[in-house]
Amino acid sequence: MSLKLEHVTYTYNPGTAYEMHALKDISLEIPAGQFVGIIGHTGSGKSTLIQHFNGLMCPTSGVVSYKEENIWQEGYSLKRLRSQVGLVFQYPEHQLFEADVLSDVCFGPKNQGLSNEEAEKKAIEALQQVGLKEKYYKSSPFELSGGQKRRVAIAGVLAMEPEVLILDEPTAGLDPKGRDEILDQIAYLHEQRKITVILVSHSMEDIARYVDRILVMNKGEKAFDGTPKEVFAHYKELEQIGLAAPQITYIMNELQAAGLPCDCSAITVEEAKASILKALERRKND
Amino acid sequence: MIRDITIGQYYPADSVLHRLDPRTKFIGTFIYLVSLFVADSFWGYVIATCFLAGLIILSKVPVKFMLKGLKPLFIILLITVVFNLFLVPGEVIWSFGFLKLTKEGIAQAIKIGIRLIYLVIGSSIMTLTTTPNQLTDGLERILHPLNKIHVPVHEISMMMSIALRFIPILLEETDKIMKAQIARGADFESGNLIQKAKGLIPLLVPLFISAFRRADDLAMAMEARCYHGGDDRTQMKPLVYKSRDYVAYGIVIVYLGIDIAVRVLL
Repeated sequence: MSLKLEHVTYTYNPGTAYEMHALKDISLEIPAGQFVGIIGHTGSGKSTLIQHFNGLMCPTSGVVSYKEENIWQEGYSLKRLRSQVGLVFQYPEHQLFEADVLSDVCFGPKNQGLSNEEAEKKAIEALQQVGLKEKYYKSSPFELSGGQKRRVAIAGVLAMEPEVLILDEPTAGLDPKGRDEILDQIAYLHEQRKITVILVSHSMEDIARYVDRILVMNKGEKAFDGTPKEVFAHYKELEQIGLAAPQITYIMNELQAAGLPCDCSAITVEEAKASILKALERRKND
Repeated sequence: MIRDITIGQYYPADSVLHRLDPRTKFIGTFIYLVSLFVADSFWGYVIATCFLAGLIILSKVPVKFMLKGLKPLFIILLITVVFNLFLVPGEVIWSFGFLKLTKEGIAQAIKIGIRLIYLVIGSSIMTLTTTPNQLTDGLERILHPLNKIHVPVHEISMMMSIALRFIPILLEETDKIMKAQIARGADFESGNLIQKAKGLIPLLVPLFISAFRRADDLAMAMEARCYHGGDDRTQMKPLVYKSRDYVAYGIVIVYLGIDIAVRVLL
């Protein structure tokens, strides 16, 4: 039950003046139920990478498999794969098209061959899970705010009941409150539905506290892969590739350099607070 | 997927032809096209071939790309050649019913065929070495005199540049929307005509909304920067003829002169 990439390479426009290597020999495995964050700079290949997960892009070389089956082998149903591996793109404007929110969310389940009633049931369930109020169900998706549109877009994929949910920059363009709400909702979905979640972002801060594992992409290559604590330990190298560890990592490292024996691997403010207090306590007792 | 479609077939390279003023290339291409109709004899075609070969070498664009431009022309070429082969009166070599293959017909067909191929290759050299924006800039300057008879030359060329600029953007957008809908299980390929047309709605609605939004944003941005049309407008990079342009004009005119001389004298 996992998503697996073996030596995947992808080249745009091979053999022309515009040739560009977007992915270079990527191998990775994402076990079921994991909450993974993919981080990278603009153009680092993260969007190309996630489009390989649900078969929207075919690797130039290498193997992509889901549940031990090569998705590009003959006779494999990509349509079925796409309802198991749901992908929500960055801009909800790219997928909203129906006259009202509810029918838009029904689009996915209907494509799976469900009847109108069943599709509607799934759509309502999905809309409830993304926390959209019922009064919006009959309004036009184009009248909603940015955050609400994003919820509808996520619900549109969620209604298909995927086993893996991939979200491309779900917080781009949202204010801090909207961002936290969406991320909390996604974390809640991960708990509730026990699905694999892959979150793409360019901000460490955003996802550090939610994910089990962070994958850092740089220039089409996998730069780091590990738990947030492991990855943030490389904060100096992360800076070199134009990314930054959470601010708290810097503070903790500075404090340690200044002689306070605190734990540098704290990711959230709460963890850091506990660690600093403990260190101060210890110092007082000595 | 859709990204593979190339519109405006500019091929980036660093060559003399790429650096020439777009006006020079426009007028040069025009003269070349005229010369093809002047050339009628064997030697005329030899000269045209040498000139074209020289241009291809100078342009540093792989020949493969030029031949690509011939593909859509193939049917027209075939029809023209076949018509000429059988319908030109003259010395009959072979006949089948009302179809008569004549000596003159063969000669005419070969000539027309070569002429068409050279026409297309000649004009693709221009489009391959000039960006669409340079082309519209050049066109605007060449047509500038029409302003006197109240043709809004600047506005037309501005619309052309904007349209050209939007083609790749909208193509990319179409690609993204298609992917987003395919990820939701949309099917753009199978089904009968009506189902296919219906299947396009999830693609067309977001595409139109985004196109209108972009047009709106662009108009706003242009107005915010006080754009008010062509009157008294100067250019950031005005087109100025350099010495290489005069040399190019010289070469093209000498070429046309030789072509005419060959036609008249031989």
